[in-house]
Amino acid sequence: MQLSGAAWKFGSDIDTDLIIPARYLNTSDPAELAKHCMEDADPEFYSKINAGDVIVAGKNFGCGSSREHAPIAIKAAGISCVIAKSFARIFYRNAFNIGLPIFECPEAAEKIQPGDRLEIDAGSGLIKNLTRDESYRAAPVPEFMQQIIAAGGLINYVAKRVKKNG
Amino acid sequence: MGMTIAEKILAAHSGKEFVEPGELVNAKVDTVLGNDITAPVAIREFKKIGVDKVFDKDRVVLVPDHFTPNKDIKSAEQAKIVRDFAREQGLTNYFEVGRMGIEHCLLPEQGLVGPGDVVIGADSHTCTYGALGAFATGVGSTDLAAAMALGETWFKVPESIKFVYYGQLNPWVGGKDLILYTIGRIGVDGALYKAMEFTGPVIRQLSMDGRFTMSNMAIEAGGKCGLIEPDETTLAYVKGRAKFPYTFYKSDDDAKYWEVYEFDVSRIEPQVAFPHLPENTRPVSEAAHVKIDQAVIGSCTNGRLEDLRLAARVLAGKKVHPEVRCIIFPGTQEIYRQAVKEGLVEVFIDAGAAVSTPTCGPCLGGHMGILAKGERAIATTNRNFVGRMGHPESEVYLSNPAVAAASAVLGRIASPEEVV
Ligand code: SF4
Repeated sequence: MQLSGAAWKFGSDIDTDLIIPARYLNTSDPAELAKHCMEDADPEFYSKINAGDVIVAGKNFGCGSSREHAPIAIKAAGISCVIAKSFARIFYRNAFNIGLPIFECPEAAEKIQPGDRLEIDAGSGLIKNLTRDESYRAAPVPEFMQQIIAAGGLINYVAKRVKKNG
Repeated sequence: MGMTIAEKILAAHSGKEFVEPGELVNAKVDTVLGNDITAPVAIREFKKIGVDKVFDKDRVVLVPDHFTPNKDIKSAEQAKIVRDFAREQGLTNYFEVGRMGIEHCLLPEQGLVGPGDVVIGADSHTCTYGALGAFATGVGSTDLAAAMALGETWFKVPESIKFVYYGQLNPWVGGKDLILYTIGRIGVDGALYKAMEFTGPVIRQLSMDGRFTMSNMAIEAGGKCGLIEPDETTLAYVKGRAKFPYTFYKSDDDAKYWEVYEFDVSRIEPQVAFPHLPENTRPVSEAAHVKIDQAVIGSCTNGRLEDLRLAARVLAGKKVHPEVRCIIFPGTQEIYRQAVKEGLVEVFIDAGAAVSTPTCGPCLGGHMGILAKGERAIATTNRNFVGRMGHPESEVYLSNPAVAAASAVLGRIASPEEVV
């Protein structure tokens, strides 16, 4: 899978309340959540981004609550993937489960600047920075996670298993 | 080679003699949990899997606590999805308003989680049950959906970090201060992916309520769980309460730790975490200049009986500062009842505080105490992120219940010693 878009940069410890504030959690409609994605960090974020764009952040992205509404809001807003120095554990799990690609890559998180054009090969984890003519390699995705992605998310993965054992 | 508590519980639940960090295991789960925010998404996903029934109707626990009693039409619709599902599935442990509590106070109280269990909850503070010696961790809604169907889930066995607390606790210092201090030392990602294990003579003397407070905030350091080895205090708590069999596990002497920290608690005074991260901790004496508009006492961190008793000790015979709103929300109906019986609620009302039915309410900026632009609160909750309690330009300071109560009286952050 090839992903491409412009980079939007954020700092470290971006928490789930910044990604999607709790005041909007009285719904779980992805389209509704998308409108408020990153709102408390950048109120105009949703109106500024284009489909395929990439969030690039520092360490511990997605810390805080277990709300799956966070990766759902990012995905529904049209962001193709998130690159960060590191991810909080629950966010990491949730992103895979709902099919939002994420890449752990301190070098990329450091060197990519706002607006840089990026091209990412999801399979190999190779991140190309077209603006700067650089490339970075993300930590490989654990094999088990790749199986979940290949099945189209955790629910499809489990549904297949249930059927097989039927 | 020896194993830690976390490793032993995961081994036992995945049918193995031995596991080590980094290994992926498929583990049986004893209890799974969802609330009115996370369960509706999980239920939607569950229905796509193609099974009719949850794996065990006694061990899927649903607690509508976040936006309840429902604050608006949208949240009422969400809660209804949970209620309908609970009825349709015949769940024994669905808790309706008036019979419920904040999930992480409620589940231990009702004996639905116990030592040695594996528990996953679609709520990050599921790690609270580590205080009982359970491997308990937060997941998202999709993981919850899969576990509701299968009764199992996958884990990467985490490395463990040991935190040893020794020395003499100072007055007004408790579990909340120990955990805030710890997060201040290691940072909000200091235990990322790791199992935290709290131990040492100070933990052995800590009450069950104090232990729940500590384990509750393991996630605030990025931890996967916050474990405490079960002992007589644990036994006294679970006896007569536990609805299912339990097992006490303890770490082997030769268990391997990624890191060991030792803290002399005699050097710790009550802690306050400044905005906007729980790691921004300072001793209360360095916070006394901060004026507040609201004091919030409660939540899954500090809404238990011991917390309310502490707050009442400070508020007894005092008045909440004229420019401060003080909101107190007990963790469960049972705690509420006991607080009435002991006269604590009367103390609160006499002082001019509002006492609420159990709900998450203000803790996540849901309802019942939202902050306006530029307002400041001191709260016994666990997170002070930007916008956590309301307007993105409001501020939350975290503390123990005695400090929050003293601050309510003086209208600025204060040590209980200034009031009592
Ligand atoms: S009280 Fe606060 S932290 Fe605890 S479950 Fe409710 S919203 Fe979450």
